Amino acid sequence: MLQQYAGIGAMLIIAIVFPIIVIAISSIVRPKKAAKYKYETYECGLETQGETWVQFKTNYFMYALVFVAFDVETVFLYPWAVKFMSLGTFAFIEMFIFIAILVIGFWYAWKEGALEWN
Amino acid sequence: MIKTQEISINMGPQHPSTHGVFRCVLQLDGETVTNITNHTGYLHRGTEKLAEARTYTQVIPYTDRLDYIGAMLNNTGYVQTVEKLMGLEIPERAEYIRIILQELSRIANHMLFVGCYALDMAGFTGWMYTFRDRERVLDMLEMVCGSRMTFSFMRIGGVPEDLPEEFFPALRSFLDDFPKMIEEYNGLITGNEILQARSKGIGVLSKEMALAYGVTGPNLRASGVNYDVRKAEPYGIYDRFEFDVPVLENGDCFDRYYIRVLEMEQSARIIRQALEQIPEGPIMAKVPKVIKPPVGEAYHLVEGTKGLLGYYIVSDGSTKPYRLHIHSPSFVNLGVFPEISKGHNIQDTVLILASIDIVLGEVDR
Amino acid sequence: MENINLFVLLANWLRQWLEGVGASPDVIEVVMDVFGTVGALVFILLNALILVLLERKAAAFFQQRYGPNRWGPKGVFQTIFDSLKLLSKEDIIPKAVDKWVFKIAAYLIFIPAILVFAVIPFGEGMIISDLNIGIFYFVAVASTATLAFLMAGWGSNNKYSLIGGMRSVAQMVSYEIPLVFSLVGVVMLTGSMKMSAIVAAQTKVWFILPQFLAFLVYFIAGHAELNRGPFDMPEGEQEIVAGPYTEYSGMRWALFFLAEYANLVAVCSIATTMFLGGWNPIPGLGFLPIPTYVWFVLKVYFMIMLFMWTRWTFPRVRIDHLMHFGWKVLIPVSLVNILVTGIGIKIYQWMGW
Repeated sequence: MLQQYAGIGAMLIIAIVFPIIVIAISSIVRPKKAAKYKYETYECGLETQGETWVQFKTNYFMYALVFVAFDVETVFLYPWAVKFMSLGTFAFIEMFIFIAILVIGFWYAWKEGALEWN
Repeated sequence: MIKTQEISINMGPQHPSTHGVFRCVLQLDGETVTNITNHTGYLHRGTEKLAEARTYTQVIPYTDRLDYIGAMLNNTGYVQTVEKLMGLEIPERAEYIRIILQELSRIANHMLFVGCYALDMAGFTGWMYTFRDRERVLDMLEMVCGSRMTFSFMRIGGVPEDLPEEFFPALRSFLDDFPKMIEEYNGLITGNEILQARSKGIGVLSKEMALAYGVTGPNLRASGVNYDVRKAEPYGIYDRFEFDVPVLENGDCFDRYYIRVLEMEQSARIIRQALEQIPEGPIMAKVPKVIKPPVGEAYHLVEGTKGLLGYYIVSDGSTKPYRLHIHSPSFVNLGVFPEISKGHNIQDTVLILASIDIVLGEVDR
Repeated sequence: MENINLFVLLANWLRQWLEGVGASPDVIEVVMDVFGTVGALVFILLNALILVLLERKAAAFFQQRYGPNRWGPKGVFQTIFDSLKLLSKEDIIPKAVDKWVFKIAAYLIFIPAILVFAVIPFGEGMIISDLNIGIFYFVAVASTATLAFLMAGWGSNNKYSLIGGMRSVAQMVSYEIPLVFSLVGVVMLTGSMKMSAIVAAQTKVWFILPQFLAFLVYFIAGHAELNRGPFDMPEGEQEIVAGPYTEYSGMRWALFFLAEYANLVAVCSIATTMFLGGWNPIPGLGFLPIPTYVWFVLKVYFMIMLFMWTRWTFPRVRIDHLMHFGWKVLIPVSLVNILVTGIGIKIYQWMGW
């Protein structure tokens, strides 16, 4: 079974090597002319105003928390989906209870305003 | 409690959507704009001072460079002020030609606005559609005066040349196609769900605030004030035409956008009437070779593309104006921008700026 | 359908030749994989070349203009010259950036873009590794692209990039869930996550019919995952100039660009595989001597045209509308879809079909 992943390993290596080769080729071809203002950060043609690396407000913080719950759910959901046809009614109902718990959590997050961008 | 910091960011002068070289500094808390500071002056050319060293006729090309999107109106405003100062009477035909060209210029400006408004929310296709049609307007203006942007067409005392033969069929076919174009814009841009969701209730400019800040033009009318110089204090021969002044109530971005679409229709209506009524006759009044207005001063208002455009000229009796002052609508309208965009998203800020419709040549003069 | 497939034939010859030379089975497998990968890479690069031109031509068509028409007949060589130009462009790395993060981000964006092609069945027997978790692998690998965006945004030390990077995380994280949920229905119908099994299950009925809702959800979420208009929030050129790409230039920028188009092909390929019957011919047209990979490419290009159509029609949505739509509309809808699919399957089973 692991042999299947050899293909992915080969792909990974090529995916890493290809951009390196391309940039290497480009570094041979491209000009390298230093100029004073070329290496300034772009901010509409002016010097930057203050710091960039600050404690930036990530508006999606609450979304990210809810996302984690859902992402874990997908991990459980896929095996269930695969075996769905052969599972009995019990597993079927059980899964819906599982989803229902999540939906309740989702509803709670919604009600509490975690799904608002502000 | 988690603490976050605000960042301040330059938007402009080299920014894709500040419509020229306008610069503002945004204070951002996340993506929410908490404060905006306007910085203008990157395109300052000293038009008013330059005019003091030019003869009255030589000033005309400078007025083109104010609102270069609707330059015909600037020309007209200036020459009408000088005519007022000199007490000149303009031949009938020249008046009609002026009306037609002015309103065409207004259509060209509003088409650009509609397109840019779409473009500022990445509606690239809408932009292309309006530019396709604007091309026809500019072609017509090119037939008249050989230029597509800086016309310098109006003269003190009339217009230098009559409308060419090929202009009339082109204008008629344009007017015939015009309702279809508006329908297309309404389908592609106005009726778009995303556009409506993004512009309704955004950047609301209340009636009181608009009056307090001296906002004029379509922006004022979108806030529910019925004031159009063409109706309120008719100049030229605007009192002869039948047209409505569209007024909308909400004062949000959508109204400021949609009122321009409605105004285009009214402009087309004026052109249709002018085309029917236009008489034959001379196009230039008897004007002395050297223009020397009597000592005095004159202030004249026209309804520019962006709002109330005023020229104030003081004459000392020489061939050059003693003082020229220009009241430019964009500059005044821009003042309201920081106020109405506070608390909005950075995306909305761009949209609000687009909806105010500034042109930097006029802001900085 | 036997022996039509040129690529499978070539692969078999290569395999036989290797066996004739006396290579061990493991070596043969690795060599075959390398060849498959190179084939996929060529496919991606060719597609990117074609797609850039196609996009510009499609945009020109929608906007009633000509589009590129200078280089070659109808401008067909435009992208080739463009890529040569990009190759010879100076690589500017601003002083203020975090050099490592900045550089690595450009490579990192490219890796998932290529890796997802491992599980895409281009035609009958044309899949690099037919994993038994196929679709799950796609979802898992594709989601790592978020990291590269965030790295590019943060590493650039540019405020526009920073905002763009943050937006891209918000958007991709939010739309991953509906995307994943929309694919669950297909897996339930097939009973396998293996790509070949999913394609094989669609010989009679394509899953777009029983899973139309899921297809819609996937299509919309796909736009967001690809950062394409109307959800091109991270790039948002009108507000944040170019988002995470602002400071990139030359070939590094081209890598981002290439990854974007590779992702477009990947998402459309998955849509084709999951909903449009993969490489199966259109029902009723199976008698035509058209190779399976041609069917596949045709369907992928149909999907790509749909993506282009939406991009060039709609303006950009606002970020809070986007999040609102993702969380409050798409997720409930995709959950309902799973529910309905489950009940439907059970009803079918009880009825004894």
